Amino acid sequence: MLKQIFQAGPWLLARIEKLYSAAFTPAWNPLYHLGALTIFFFWVVVVSGIYVFLFFETSVTHAYESVEWLTHTQWYLGGVMRSLHRYASDAAVVTIGVHMLKEFVTGRYRGARWFSWFTGIPLLWLVFPLGITGYWLVWDQLAQYVAIATSELLDVLPIFSDPMARNFLTNESVSDRFFTLMAFLHLIGFPIFLLFAIWLHLLRISRPTVNPPLGLMIGSLSALTVLSLLWPALSQAPADFSQAATGIGFDWFYLLAYPLLDYGSPALVWLVLVGSSTLLCLLPWLPPRRRKPAAVVSLPDCNGCGRCVADCPYNAVSLAPRSDGLAYAEQAVVDAELCTACGICAGACPTSTPLRRKSELVPGIDLPGLPIRALRDWTLAVAVQPGGDPGARVLVYGCANGVNLAALRNGSVAVVELQCIAQLPPAFIDFVISRRHADGVFLLGCRENDCHFRLGVQWTTERLTGKRDPYLRARVPRERVATYWGGRVTEAEIEGEIDAFRARLRALGPYQPAPVTQASYEVAP
Amino acid sequence: MKSWLRYAGQAVAYAAFIALLGFFATAPAYSPIAPDAAMLKLSFIHVGQRKVECRKMSPDEIARLPPNMRLTLDCPRERLPVLVELELDGKLLLRREIKASGLSHDRASSIYQKFVVPPGRHVVSARLRDSARTEGFDYTRSTEVELKPRQNFVVDFRAETGGFSFH
Repeated sequence: MLKQIFQAGPWLLARIEKLYSAAFTPAWNPLYHLGALTIFFFWVVVVSGIYVFLFFETSVTHAYESVEWLTHTQWYLGGVMRSLHRYASDAAVVTIGVHMLKEFVTGRYRGARWFSWFTGIPLLWLVFPLGITGYWLVWDQLAQYVAIATSELLDVLPIFSDPMARNFLTNESVSDRFFTLMAFLHLIGFPIFLLFAIWLHLLRISRPTVNPPLGLMIGSLSALTVLSLLWPALSQAPADFSQAATGIGFDWFYLLAYPLLDYGSPALVWLVLVGSSTLLCLLPWLPPRRRKPAAVVSLPDCNGCGRCVADCPYNAVSLAPRSDGLAYAEQAVVDAELCTACGICAGACPTSTPLRRKSELVPGIDLPGLPIRALRDWTLAVAVQPGGDPGARVLVYGCANGVNLAALRNGSVAVVELQCIAQLPPAFIDFVISRRHADGVFLLGCRENDCHFRLGVQWTTERLTGKRDPYLRARVPRERVATYWGGRVTEAEIEGEIDAFRARLRALGPYQPAPVTQASYEVAP
Repeated sequence: MKSWLRYAGQAVAYAAFIALLGFFATAPAYSPIAPDAAMLKLSFIHVGQRKVECRKMSPDEIARLPPNMRLTLDCPRERLPVLVELELDGKLLLRREIKASGLSHDRASSIYQKFVVPPGRHVVSARLRDSARTEGFDYTRSTEVELKPRQNFVVDFRAETGGFSFH
């Protein structure tokens, strides 16, 4: 079952993402910014909530009236703010759900990434109570149902000696004190814990994206505002405990589990909620376990330059005082617990150069599963093709987390598979072209903003364009290097791109290296 | 892709998103009970009588106690369970012996129970025993009530106001 999900999930996801990328461009694709969008919706909820609270009466007798006044008398601002408050919180539930689903089907919850997945589950236990206590405060029929149902749910737990549901037996039994407690939880208690939980969720991620692109923020906020104007959030009839609430306008995003209470039992609801949460928490450790060996530092080859530290997407590499007596101030240190074995650090290391002749190819930091030396051997093994299409032989360096790379091979196309495209040091491109191991190099990676290891595509682009160390040397003819950030698209689509690249190479003719000058060693503009 | 087509695609995506939000934020409507049913709730918090009656201590016993803890009565903490019965039209809906809460069973017995019942004329009877008696009840009360659809009819109990009350 899991195997089928892991096969069909990415396939389906790739097609949906492709549609969204066509409409939004990869830079604005909402499916690549689900976490950041959730945080953005949270801020919309906070700002609109503060405005609504300015007019809100925290009492059983006046809460409903104050919300009604805001909704109808000040519809143009207060009503819109109230609607934004509701719809942005619903939108956050949608983005959280899709975010989790996407991380699951792409397997981005295992290994060193367990922490972000694991700390995301308590976030759910804060987001839902936050929304549910919000409905409580409106004090309408939905609030009446939520108050009674939540109390019945909590009464099963051995927390309260007396039934909490007794507070909602009759209209007279409801007290302002209880109402104030709910307001406190909704306005201060849960939001503070939620902020802390978001911080914890992002703790192990280097350069976390907490804001979506401006265009996506404007688009999302505009869409929510249009919804607020077309279909404003309204209160239902006021709470009346002399009658049971029926025909309730129900927010299924937050209250999906509640009908289980009426058609099952409170114990069943807890069983489902706790059981599913426990299962989600344990997922990173359930089979099949596929943890790859972490990056290792070779001290004699490490000069403590810090490029690997700057490029690691998971803060797994840090600098520490030198321990081997060499004349450098610092050395790289890998925290194996945090390492996802993406190899980006090896791609960033200035000693990862296949052009090295005098010494054995051992970089300062390397990936035991696919060391740089093996990468050079692999390149040499596949690049020397007898026959093929003269002048249009292409060497593809591809990310293993996209399409089936083996399917791209033919007489004129050789493939070397990397953990991440940023595992490739730019010197390899120079090596392949200057030594004529191929007529062109084709780099194949994940979609922009959707790198399996988060920053690989960005770092590679910056290295190729001379914005990030290690740079691609100026002597490398750029027209012989092609990139395709296609992610999990079909092989046929990539073959089309490679064919087009080969046609361009054919038109260029055989590679003629330019005479070596000082400029050859400089960075391309 | 042409830019107008891209913007159209974005508009469709946003429209689908807000349609999803707008619809499931309030619909489909939910009814925890059928609109033509009524609700009968029984709930109370009541402390049963002591399991062992207080005993007057002798002067010798009092003298043996520390000066700051000298009381004239020795009262074991444990409370008796409360037995409650609820009947609707002569049919027993509930009979439950509710233990006193607390590790030493020295606190109140409490209950919250609800029943979905058909609307119309009904006789509701409630009985409660909180003493050591083995037969009969210490508190009983009956009432005839015309329940309307959706009505919440509450049976509460407060010993200090004479026993059961109906709301």
